[in-house]
Amino acid sequence: MDNKGYLDMKLLRFSTAGSVDDGKSTLIGRLLYDSKSIFEDQMEEAEKASKSRGNEDLNLALLTDGLRAEREQGITIDVAYRYFATPKRKFIIADTPGHIQYTRNMVTGASTTDLAIILVDARHGVMEQTVRHSWLVSLLGIKEIVVCINKMDLVDFSEEVFDKIKAEYLAMAQSFCKAHISFIPISAKLGDNVVNPSANMPWYDGKALLEYLETVKIERSADEGFRMCVQWVDRPISPKWPDFRGYAGRICQGIVKVGDRIMVQPSGLSSTVTGIMIGEQSLEQAVCGQSVVITLSDDIDISRGDVITAADFRQPLDSSVVSLDVCWLRPEQLVLGKRYLIRHATQEVQGVVKEISYKVNISTMEKETGVTSLTMNDIARIVLKTAQPLVYENYQDNRTLGSLIFIDPGTNDTVGAGMIVNEEI
Amino acid sequence: MEQLSHLKELEAESIYILREVAAQFERPCILFSGGKDSIVLTYLAYKAFYPAKLPFPLVHIDTGHNFPETLTYRDALVEKLGADLVVGYVQDSIDQGKVTEEKGYNASRNKLQTVTLLDTLAEHKFDCACGGARRDEEKARAKERIFSHRDEFGQWNPKNQRPELWDIYNAKKDMGEHFRAFPISNWTEMDVWQYIYQEGIELPSLYYTHKRRCFMRDGQWLSADPPFIPRRDSEVVQELEVRCRTIGDVTCTGLTLSHAHRIEDIITEIAASRITERGGRADDKRSETAMEDRKKQGYF
Repeated sequence: MDNKGYLDMKLLRFSTAGSVDDGKSTLIGRLLYDSKSIFEDQMEEAEKASKSRGNEDLNLALLTDGLRAEREQGITIDVAYRYFATPKRKFIIADTPGHIQYTRNMVTGASTTDLAIILVDARHGVMEQTVRHSWLVSLLGIKEIVVCINKMDLVDFSEEVFDKIKAEYLAMAQSFCKAHISFIPISAKLGDNVVNPSANMPWYDGKALLEYLETVKIERSADEGFRMCVQWVDRPISPKWPDFRGYAGRICQGIVKVGDRIMVQPSGLSSTVTGIMIGEQSLEQAVCGQSVVITLSDDIDISRGDVITAADFRQPLDSSVVSLDVCWLRPEQLVLGKRYLIRHATQEVQGVVKEISYKVNISTMEKETGVTSLTMNDIARIVLKTAQPLVYENYQDNRTLGSLIFIDPGTNDTVGAGMIVNEEI
Repeated sequence: MEQLSHLKELEAESIYILREVAAQFERPCILFSGGKDSIVLTYLAYKAFYPAKLPFPLVHIDTGHNFPETLTYRDALVEKLGADLVVGYVQDSIDQGKVTEEKGYNASRNKLQTVTLLDTLAEHKFDCACGGARRDEEKARAKERIFSHRDEFGQWNPKNQRPELWDIYNAKKDMGEHFRAFPISNWTEMDVWQYIYQEGIELPSLYYTHKRRCFMRDGQWLSADPPFIPRRDSEVVQELEVRCRTIGDVTCTGLTLSHAHRIEDIITEIAASRITERGGRADDKRSETAMEDRKKQGYF
C-alpha cells in the first residue's frame, strides 16, 4: 500500500442537528457502519448493549451515545465527536443533541464546522427545533446546509412528502438563511441514500449523503490581508538565542511572507517580517490556518492580544462599542449593566451589555423589542461596551476576529456566544 | 486559497491549543505515559514554543508496573529536550494507605493511578494537566471538551460541561479546581501514526515487532515477563512475535501478533485492522461505561 498519498488528505468538519428523535445518532451510526468505519469490538459492544436494553434490532445510536445518562435515557446530551475517512476525504463529525435544554451543546458542536446536516422526521416535517437549529447554523456563518429528510420508510418513500417538506423548509429559511441548501431523502435506520443509493426512491436522482459529503466544495475565504492574533511572545533567553524575540500565533486570514511590511493593532506600530518558523523549520511564507512564530526587524511593543496585520491592506475595525448577535447558553439571565468577562480572539476584557435591540421569537420568527433580559436559548441582537477597544472584523468576514464569548465572573462559566455584526450604533 | 493537508491542519490546531494552555494557566504540565500519543503531544509542545524551551514539566504517573523500555525512552527524551520531569508513584499512594491494591488474577494498578495523579497535581500546584487523549479512542472521550474543567475533587461532570465555542477556550476556575487540556483531541490513531512517519519521530521499541514471552487471557495476549502478573495453570507461556498497539500499564496492555518492523508496516496494519486500539485494553472492558466512570473520578 502506498501510504504517502494518505498524508495529504483534506478535512471536512460537519455537524448534525435536528429535533429530538429525528435520528441523528442513528444516521451517524449508519454512516460509520456502511462506510466500514465501525470496528468489530465497537460493533460487538453495541450489539450487546442493544440486547441488554431490550432493543430487537441493533440500536445504531449506541455507537455514539457514550455517556451513562445518555444510554439510560436514549437521548444525546452532549456533542460527540466521531471520525472517519474515505479515500476521498477525512471527516470530523460533531453529533449534537436535539433537546432544547442542550442547545448550548449543539452550538458548541456546530461552531467549529463548515457544513451542517439538519435532520427532519418525514412524519412531522419542520419543527420548532428545526427552525432554531437552522437559525443558529445560519448565525454561525455555516455556508453549506444539507437537509436530510429521514424516516422515509415510514411514509412509504413518498416523493410528495419529500417535496412538501422541502418547500416548507425553504419557505421557513428564506428570511434569514444565507447558506446554500441541499435536500436528500433518507432512511438512516435502513440505510437508504446514506452511503448507498436507495432502490426504494427511484424518483430521487441526486447524490446519496456520503457522496455529497465527499464532493461538496467548501468555500474558503479568498486571499485577503494577513491577520494573526498574538498568543504568546517567544523569548528563549538562552546562550544560543540570547536576543531572540518571536511572536507566536495562528494565522486567521491571508498569507505572510518574509520581507512583508506589517502593522500591529491596536498600537498602529509597523515593522518588517524577518523570519517565519514552525518549530525548527524556517519558512519563506505561511498561510491562513498555520500556527507559526514570526520575527520582526524592529523591537516594538507587542504582547498577547495584539493583532499583527498586513500593512498595505485595510486594517481591522477598532471600537469599544459593538453590535452582536448573541446566543445565550445558560439559565442565569443576561443582565443589562452587569459586568462580564469577554474573551475575544486572544484578548480578554470586561464588558457590559448596554442594550438589547431585539430578541428573535423562534415560533413566530418575529423580532421582539423592549426586552430587558435574556435567558437560556434566546437569540438576540445586542450592543456591547468593552473596557478596552476590540480589534475586530465582522463575523461574516472573519470568524476568529468576529466571535467572542461571555464569561460570568461569579461562576466562571461560559454563558453566551456573540457574533459581531456590521451595524451603525 | 488551498486548504492545508489534514496533518498540517491538525498540527496547527494542537500547537494553537498548547500555546493557549501556556498563556492562560499559571502552572500547566504534560501528562507523559511513554505511549505514542503523549510522545506526539510532547513533540508538538516542543514545536509550539521553539526556540524557547518547553514551558511545562512532564509528569509521569508510575504504577511500578512498566515495560522497562518505557522508562528508558522517557529518561532519554527528558534529557534530549532539557525538560523537567515529575514522577508520582502509585507505590507511594499504596504505602500511605490512600489506595488498596487489587487482588486476584486480573489485579491492576490502573485504577489506583487516579489518586496518585490527583495528589501529584495538588502537591506541585499544577492547574492544568495536558493529556494525549483522543476523541476517537473511546466513547466517553468522544464527549470531552478540549479545555475540560475539574472540580476541587478532581471530578469531571459530563452532564454539564461548559460550552466551548470556536477556538475560544475558557480557563477560568476557582482555587483548588484544575483543568485537563487535550490538544490532540481531534487526531485519530491513523493521524498519529502518519504524523510520526512524516516527522520521523523516534518511538519506544515496544511499538515494533519483537520476540516476547506471552500468554493468552480473555482473548488477548499479555506479557509473561513481569513477576507481578499471576498466571493460572491453564495459561501457557509461548514465545511470539508481537508488538504493542497502545502502551499502558503492563498488566492491562494487550499485545498484537504482528510483523510490523517499520512505521510503514504499522500504518498498513492499522489500515487493515478491524479492532480499535483500545480493544486490547482490559481496563476499558470492565463495564460498558468504564472509561466515563473512571474519568468522573479524575482519571486521565
